[in-house]
Amino acid sequence: MTSLALAALLGLAAGLLAGMFGVGGGILFVPTLVFLGLAQLEAEATSLAAILPTVAAGVWRQQRYGNVRWRAGLVVGLASIPGVVGASFLAVTLDQQTLRRLFAGLLVLVAAQLAWRARRK
Amino acid sequence: MPRLILIGLAAGFFSALFGVGGGIVIVPLLVLAAGFLERGATATSLAAIGITAAAGTVVYAFHGEVRVEYAALVGLPAAAGAVWGSALQQRVANRTISLLFAALLLSVAVVLVLE
Repeated sequence: MTSLALAALLGLAAGLLAGMFGVGGGILFVPTLVFLGLAQLEAEATSLAAILPTVAAGVWRQQRYGNVRWRAGLVVGLASIPGVVGASFLAVTLDQQTLRRLFAGLLVLVAAQLAWRARRK
Repeated sequence: MPRLILIGLAAGFFSALFGVGGGIVIVPLLVLAAGFLERGATATSLAAIGITAAAGTVVYAFHGEVRVEYAALVGLPAAAGAVWGSALQQRVANRTISLLFAALLLSVAVVLVLE
């Protein structure tokens, strides 16, 4: 399989799992992009861009169901910008291995949360 | 309003540090601290994430870290997959599969650390 096809297939799978479990695409995009050869920070940055189509589609659908509270979404979104800028300073300073390990820690937390949710069913 | 701002700040930081949307932070906080129901929280979170992820993309693009071709290659199929996945969610996301997914995330974490 060519790496283009592989990337698209992994993207599809990541989206599928994200849609099924309500976890954002990012958590799966980053390891996928690392697997495809990107460095950790590159993968994270690219993941943020990759998230945009999924989010756009998701918001559009949710809006049709009337579930989106736009004012709150706008406030949270705009307020996030200083946070984004702050974190980017940190992320570009950290070495790749540390960033990777932090990310691995996040995966463990999300896995634990999923397992917890599953147990309650 | 002040709570929403704090939630946004935390989510933005989280998002740009890890390259994720931030929903993991936003949804529980909207439910627990801002009186949202889960469905509204998830939907509103998506709207916020749109702004957060766009901001992160711009900031990191300035640092030359965004690989646009990879973003499209992975992101566009993912959008299609996500629509499909949320349709499947009703029937398929049962306990076993959730645990399998958790196991997958754990193994990815292990691989990331070992490399």
